Amino acid sequence: MTALSRMPWIWSFLAAGIVWVITLMFTGGASIVGLTQATLTFAAFSVIVGTGQMFVITLGPGNIDLSIPATMTLAGTVALKLMGGDSGLIVPGFLVAIAIGLGVGVANYALIKLLRIPPIIATLAMSFIIQSAAIWSNRGLRIRPPEILGDFAIGSVLGVPNVAILALVVTVLAYVALEKSLYGRWILAIGQNIRAARMAGIPVDGVRCGTYVLCAVLASLGGYFLASFSGGAALNMGAEYLLMSIAVVVIGGTSVAGGDSNVPGIWGASLFMFLVVSMLNTYGFDAGFRMIMTGLIIIGVIVTAGGRTVRF
Amino acid sequence: MNDESQLPAVIAVDGARKSFGAVKALDGVDFTVAPGQCIGLVGHNGAGKSTLVNVINGGITLDQGTIALAGQNHSSGHSIARARSGGIRCVFQELSLCPNLTVLENVRIAHRTLTGFGWRTRAAKLISAQLDTIFPGHGISAGSVVGDLSIAQRQMVEIATAFSRDSDPVALVILDEPTSSLDASRAHQLIEYVKTFTAEGGAVIFISHILGEILEAAHRVIVMRDGKVVGDRPASEFTVPGLVQAMGSVAAKRQARRETDARASGEAPVVARPQHTDAVAFRAFRGELVGLAGLSGHGQTETLVDLYKSLSSDWRAARDPKAAFVAGDRLIDGIFPIWSILRNMSITVLADWSRRGFVDVAREIGFGGDWKQRIGIRSDDLENPILSLSGGNQQKALFARALGSRAEVVLMDDPMRGVDIGTKQDVYAMLRQEADKGRTFVWYSTEMDEVSVCDRVYVFRDGRIVAELAGDAVSEDAILAASFGERAA
Repeated sequence: MTALSRMPWIWSFLAAGIVWVITLMFTGGASIVGLTQATLTFAAFSVIVGTGQMFVITLGPGNIDLSIPATMTLAGTVALKLMGGDSGLIVPGFLVAIAIGLGVGVANYALIKLLRIPPIIATLAMSFIIQSAAIWSNRGLRIRPPEILGDFAIGSVLGVPNVAILALVVTVLAYVALEKSLYGRWILAIGQNIRAARMAGIPVDGVRCGTYVLCAVLASLGGYFLASFSGGAALNMGAEYLLMSIAVVVIGGTSVAGGDSNVPGIWGASLFMFLVVSMLNTYGFDAGFRMIMTGLIIIGVIVTAGGRTVRF
Repeated sequence: MNDESQLPAVIAVDGARKSFGAVKALDGVDFTVAPGQCIGLVGHNGAGKSTLVNVINGGITLDQGTIALAGQNHSSGHSIARARSGGIRCVFQELSLCPNLTVLENVRIAHRTLTGFGWRTRAAKLISAQLDTIFPGHGISAGSVVGDLSIAQRQMVEIATAFSRDSDPVALVILDEPTSSLDASRAHQLIEYVKTFTAEGGAVIFISHILGEILEAAHRVIVMRDGKVVGDRPASEFTVPGLVQAMGSVAAKRQARRETDARASGEAPVVARPQHTDAVAFRAFRGELVGLAGLSGHGQTETLVDLYKSLSSDWRAARDPKAAFVAGDRLIDGIFPIWSILRNMSITVLADWSRRGFVDVAREIGFGGDWKQRIGIRSDDLENPILSLSGGNQQKALFARALGSRAEVVLMDDPMRGVDIGTKQDVYAMLRQEADKGRTFVWYSTEMDEVSVCDRVYVFRDGRIVAELAGDAVSEDAILAASFGERAA
């Protein structure tokens, strides 16, 4: 039991595994490859943006980034418009997407720090600005991604979707950053006790600002590949990632109270969230019932996995 | 004095044993408190005092042994509720008020009987009256939010709450380090009240590392060491050196204060602060031990925090950290509660060894082991959570964090709260040694002994420095005089 309590992420994987089996039982195992690939692909986007959200939530109570969906949309829209379907512009398009992330992250923290607005309000306000910018730059156009990029986004290596490999790289880097680096120690310390962190010599503002920037950059990275994957950017493409990015962090075992992150859990939770929806789809439930069930299942998982010791 | 044979003991603990893992916190303790008695309980950090207190108030169940409350044996069913209804009250070393609630709302939490219409008025009356009785001139309003009070005021509220009586009885009050954040005059008021309380038949267990207080307040003194009672005699038979010896350490000789030569040689100060409203400009020189004195809560902590912030950056880690800070209010300013002891110790120095942003784990472990030994942290494994340590040992970890860094200035915010006398002496010696090597210490303390160790002392009143005392002018009388606004001699 103590070994289990040190691995709170195990629950999200367990839940994902159970749902995967139940879904396959219905189809008689016929769609095993298709289901698994689709799950990995869609989970990958949740993983990328969820990792950013996890870093922010780790900063402690009150820290959250609600501008993720808008950032994804703006990065996807602007990058695709710039590339205009020209494969030669893939790299500049990518760099522009990242630059948008950097800009949004800095702007978010500027609002939080300079105007002393709580992060939840600051990032929400920022998301309206970003979303409006996306609408203005997009004007209803749907531009297809360059062919090479589009092929990459929907392609796979040895059956593993490329975007899933990309997400894996992101999470491995995130894990190393949290467990082995000085920056990781710093955000964990700030999340537990920001006053003590400051008095221990940690550059609190620098770390927090960097974390909001990191989150926004991951959101724009996610937006860039999501737009390429879906064959063009849409203004509502980020919408579902608002709750998703938070849900995968919480279900994955990261403490909402801050200072305690969990990288593997994000994978388990992302797989689980997609599988629940596809299971309910397979069973033929209508949309309303699906959402009720999704909600109940999330509550169930959190209650089951919530048996971790509460530490003050 | 008190005739112990007639009345049943308020509490009698017999053959108490309790282990936490490999650590024997209580190893066969017999302990009784008679009505009208004040028991002084002394011992090193980790001697088992806090465990014994928690056994008496029902927070910890014994592995072996019995507890009798007012003569009734409750070896198995002793609980917090039963202790409470039996009239046992506790003031904890780690203050336990809710910071987001007002004083009177905190009183309501302690008194379940304060219900129904008008409980706020009754609670306010109750606590104000009690505060007036124990600490005349306390200046605390029952309606103020606890989080806005200074740590000394919070401690006063907590003490007054424990002694206050609604409809439930108060038979025994346990005071665990009650004066750790109080200055001398408040501590004296408390001791006077304890005497009145016991004269009226109440019982008190008084735990303190300030042995003079124990000898003044207690009728009987119990000395604990390694989970055992090693001495149990009337207070009149003990002296401070005798107590220190009984606890197992040797009293240190008062170190000769040094005249600082840095200042005379015209060297620039390491730390300085603009004078503003102060009577004297604050300056600290290389190799100096500078004390901040005055009544508690008069701006000393704020000064230290400001100094620290001015010497470090919010935005980037310094290549050469100028200052390190030792927190006194450790849960708020010092501890990272979900981390291990080691991670808590190493967080400040970590940046020094990082290579390309990565933590040097081998070096971190080496640092931890080295300081565990040097400062004597009582734990079998530094990977244990920091909160598994007793308060004094947590403080040692915070000392290691600051002393282990390369910072040339160490700022200390009344850091000896809850630290036993043996460790204190070790730390004093360590500070002296480091100061001789050229380090500068700025030290705020509520204890006169500590302030008098310093080379130079600034006295605070109402948020400003009102006097500077140096060399032989540093004396308890001079400091008190300056704190109360009389012209210092």
